Amino acid sequence: MSTQYPLTTREDRARARRRRSRRHMAISGVSAVVVLGGLVARIVTASGWPAFRQTFLSAHWFGVSFGSILSGFWLDIRMFLIIEVCVLALALLIALIRTFDTPVLFPLKLICIVFVDVMRGIPTILLIYLFGFGIPTLNLKGLPTDQVVLGGAALALNYSAYVSEVFRAGLMSVHPGQGAAALSLGLTPAQALRTVIVPQAVRNVVPPLLNDFIALTKDVALVSIIGPQEAARVAQIFQDQDFNFTPLLAAAALYLCVTIPLIRIVDHLQWRRIREQGSALALGPR
Amino acid sequence: MSGSAPDRMTGHPGATGAPAGAPVLEVRGVTKSYGDTVVLKGIDLALGEHEAIALIGASGSGKSTLLRCIDLLEGIDDGDIFLDGEPITVPGANPVPFRRRLGLVFQSFNLFPHMRVIDNVTLGAIKAQKVGRAEAREEGLALLARFGLESRAREFPDRLSGGQQQRVAIARAMLTRPRVLLLDEVTSALDPELVGEVLDLIRELKDQGMTMILATHEMSFARDVADRVCFLEDGRIVEQGHPDQVLSAPREAATQRFLARLLHANRL
Repeated sequence: MSTQYPLTTREDRARARRRRSRRHMAISGVSAVVVLGGLVARIVTASGWPAFRQTFLSAHWFGVSFGSILSGFWLDIRMFLIIEVCVLALALLIALIRTFDTPVLFPLKLICIVFVDVMRGIPTILLIYLFGFGIPTLNLKGLPTDQVVLGGAALALNYSAYVSEVFRAGLMSVHPGQGAAALSLGLTPAQALRTVIVPQAVRNVVPPLLNDFIALTKDVALVSIIGPQEAARVAQIFQDQDFNFTPLLAAAALYLCVTIPLIRIVDHLQWRRIREQGSALALGPR
Repeated sequence: MSGSAPDRMTGHPGATGAPAGAPVLEVRGVTKSYGDTVVLKGIDLALGEHEAIALIGASGSGKSTLLRCIDLLEGIDDGDIFLDGEPITVPGANPVPFRRRLGLVFQSFNLFPHMRVIDNVTLGAIKAQKVGRAEAREEGLALLARFGLESRAREFPDRLSGGQQQRVAIARAMLTRPRVLLLDEVTSALDPELVGEVLDLIRELKDQGMTMILATHEMSFARDVADRVCFLEDGRIVEQGHPDQVLSAPREAATQRFLARLLHANRL
């Protein structure tokens, strides 16, 4: 008989919940202090620590190099923004051509398939070398010879291939009933794409798109291998001259200033999606 | 023969040059197959002005496919479909102008989730009929008000109940002033308590003279609203006639079997 037990009251349950959340906070607090504190203690007591501080964390060399690195970083940001816009446009175009069957576009479709396969199959760094040295050697009139432009073009094409696959997944995730509904209203196929299908496709892939943005912000530094003096390159030049690694850390810090906010945004969007749609990660009673 | 669309301002499906008594929509010998599966095996159907035809039959009998073929969302293999005497299934012809004269409402609503209710409703008028934004909006709000949905105009579709969503979908199709309204099992995806509000709305449209074809599993509704019931089985119209005759005194054995199954499932 259950009557021999007193009924659990609302207060009992609230108290148990509070107790559990206090315990969780205590455990995570203590373990954070222990783990992180231990790690820091281990590092600063290492025998090489004074030498490390001298070569990597020197205030003097930071002051000497930071201004130049910052202006190099400005080049990074401009390249990133321009490349990103090109990537978005080209990738969406490729995805649309590959997703929809139009006889007129068939040759283009074939070109797109080959393009995406090749671009995804070549290491980015090789592509930048090939563009940076190959195109000026061709000596074709009308083609740019500026290393920033050539390296940027290589990156843009490389990323377009990846991002077009993201867009393609987005386009395929839109329910076929959406297209049918748009057509039944009398919209032309182009209007249906523009107003109904593409907006939904893009919304569905915002988190993976932002992931590729983040990767691009860092890969812009690869363009420096063919010459342009962006942040990583400038830092490396300082390091070569002065045998001090502080400039590299300064450059890394600048990158983090851009990438960490982006990463946080992606994380937030993904969590919001999980909250809205539910996930197997949400185990147990809340 | 006239290809003129119904007059926008009256919006009443009487303002065309088609001779009185001539069918608004005529389906002649239409066949359709997907791969090896023949879905429509020669459909003949004529729909008169202000008439409502109910298509009944088991799932897979071809009701939805027929409606999708009429709206030119699917190509047909053989036969022809005429709208106001004009063939709309000419091979190679652009289907868009004909689709603009027809309205289709889907079983699963298919509202655009990224657009507010009012933008869903006005999209066809703005993009396809080239109505001005302000005018379309005004008409859309008036129509939503008529459908009892004016307070929902600024919401996104997923905030609405199924019955409300389907009424929005009907408003969306109606704002393009279709010559014929095609309704594809519009209550099949709804919870039972939400079916009534959608059926009431369709009955109202019928009373106002809308010409329509409705595929439905609601037999009492078919009897109530339709002027004629067509029973489809296996891609053919097996029997058609007045609702009372087809539903109460079916002549064909296939119709009798279908109705007996419904009766057994307590769905009649």
